[in-house]
Amino acid sequence: MSRTEFMQGNAACAEGALAAGCRFFGGYPITPSTEIAETMARRLPKAGGVFISMEDEIASIAAVIGAAWTGARAMTATSGPGFSLMMENIGYAAMTETPCVIVNIQRGGPSTGQPTRAAQGDMLQCRFGSHGDYSTIAITPNSVQEMFDLTVKAFDLADRFRVPTFLMSDEIVGHMRERVTIPDAVDIQRPRPLAEGSLPFAAGEDKIPGFAPFGSGRAVHVTGLTHDERGYPDTTDPEAHDKLVRRLVAKVESARRDIADYEIVNPGAETVFVTYGPPSRTVEQVMRDHPDDSIGHLRLRIVWPFPEFALKEFPNAKVFLMPELNMGQVVREVQRHVDQPVVSIPKIGGELHTPAELVRVLEAHR
Amino acid sequence: MIAPDWFRGDRLPHIYCTGCGNGTIINCTLAAVEEMGWKRDETVFVSGIGCSSRAPGYILTDSLHTTHGRALAFATGVKMARPEFNVVVFTGDGDLAAIGGNHFIHACRRNVDMTVVCMNNHIYGMTGGQGSPTTPPGAISSTTPYGASEPAFDLAELAVAAGANYVARWTSYHVKELTKAITVGMQTPGLAFIEARTQCPTNYGRHNKLRTVPAMIEHLRSHAILVAKRDRLVAEGEPIPEGAFTVGELVRRNQPAMGVRR
Repeated sequence: MSRTEFMQGNAACAEGALAAGCRFFGGYPITPSTEIAETMARRLPKAGGVFISMEDEIASIAAVIGAAWTGARAMTATSGPGFSLMMENIGYAAMTETPCVIVNIQRGGPSTGQPTRAAQGDMLQCRFGSHGDYSTIAITPNSVQEMFDLTVKAFDLADRFRVPTFLMSDEIVGHMRERVTIPDAVDIQRPRPLAEGSLPFAAGEDKIPGFAPFGSGRAVHVTGLTHDERGYPDTTDPEAHDKLVRRLVAKVESARRDIADYEIVNPGAETVFVTYGPPSRTVEQVMRDHPDDSIGHLRLRIVWPFPEFALKEFPNAKVFLMPELNMGQVVREVQRHVDQPVVSIPKIGGELHTPAELVRVLEAHR
Repeated sequence: MIAPDWFRGDRLPHIYCTGCGNGTIINCTLAAVEEMGWKRDETVFVSGIGCSSRAPGYILTDSLHTTHGRALAFATGVKMARPEFNVVVFTGDGDLAAIGGNHFIHACRRNVDMTVVCMNNHIYGMTGGQGSPTTPPGAISSTTPYGASEPAFDLAELAVAAGANYVARWTSYHVKELTKAITVGMQTPGLAFIEARTQCPTNYGRHNKLRTVPAMIEHLRSHAILVAKRDRLVAEGEPIPEGAFTVGELVRRNQPAMGVRR
């Protein structure tokens, strides 16, 4: 059974988190994400969970990581300035393989920028923002329904791969109101428990260690320092660092096909739009207005790890067109994987591309 | 050895310098844990970055060695999510009062039910002896080569003002008093802050005419005055001796606390 509601994207995100079993939210108010914190503040205590308003976003993500190590599903939500503050501890979560979910309702930047306007300007920051090498997962919903569904999915991926997982939404989808179907229950996938006799940071073929949250009686030492399979610091041995960091990257990158989530329309097309998040809605409008098999659409629901193989599903492609609400960020990733021309269609200022704007570019390249 | 079951034997030797006071503070804390009768798998040690913050890595429990200054925010997440855990934070003056200053006052304000032990050695020890927010005015460090020119924070008074339910200060000389204070802190619902002034012979003492460990410990002993004595001097209009700091229990109260075991 399920129920259908008319709901705001941010509220649907919070409902998705609750359905996924999230029982800890640490946050700090910031436009345009605040409704997520407000919904969690109202709903979590009644669901037996904990909502805490921390002193800043650094503390918010820190508390989330602490809660995650007790075995709770834990989440925070923010926007650009807060996301920047979280960067150091996001690296800590990657290094310590802490499953947690970070929602970024993107707004115009840099700096305080446009608090009430949409952007997709943090797409490279979520991939590379903390220092050092690591890989994480970034999910990009384009509807209120996906704010619910993909928040649930974010928790599963975070648990399964033991990585901080980003829901990279934006002011448009966060504040959009649409019909959403909320199931009575969702299937959830918790981390694989640490096997008896296994070391807490030793991984098998899938490169993901079993998880022994605090209180399991395993006396796990968790550190952001380079560590061995016991979790003990080993900060000067080049091989120890090489082995650990390569595994942290490979556990995500080698599972790209497994993690990938995208939609393909007209795979025989010659002119192919590549989108993620709300610019896909404009492309969908263009394709409704111009029914034409020569126009294709690849819509990414997960941008990182980047599914470069999805681009090969358009064997006749002569050109890729990529509208983004930034100066051209993920387009670089597309460019380095294909031989065809890739046209960036940047738009900043806070509004979606209009269908007419995309049609002009489309006509110029076919 | 105090509480031998609580040490990770396979982590030895430790990183602390000869004559460091941190081991004394760790011993006092574990003696208090033993006095409390806590179970290892219900106890979590949390720390930030610095010499003090390496302590959890030597203790055989679940432990979270986090980012610089943020230990209290991580610990807040642990304790609020699982109030049945006993949570102890090890921190230092740089970790707590400089980069972590905001988390410090807010953790005290929330009065989260945890025990915070600050090893205050008045210096950034791990990075080689730079001036910290508790470096006394005039003291020489690698970044205050002409003497520290900034006033120092009084960490214990800061914790009192910010709302912690229990605040005490002792030194690495006052082993029995310190152990007792940590125990009382652990028994008190809410945030217990125990400042333990300690010696860093490597990076503080040798630059400040305190060339031996006994000289440093004697300096701590001779400059510590009991809270009651300070109060008496104030009441009598007598001057507080120069460089003196209060030791003892600064506050014990029962304000509403968060994360208390249900």
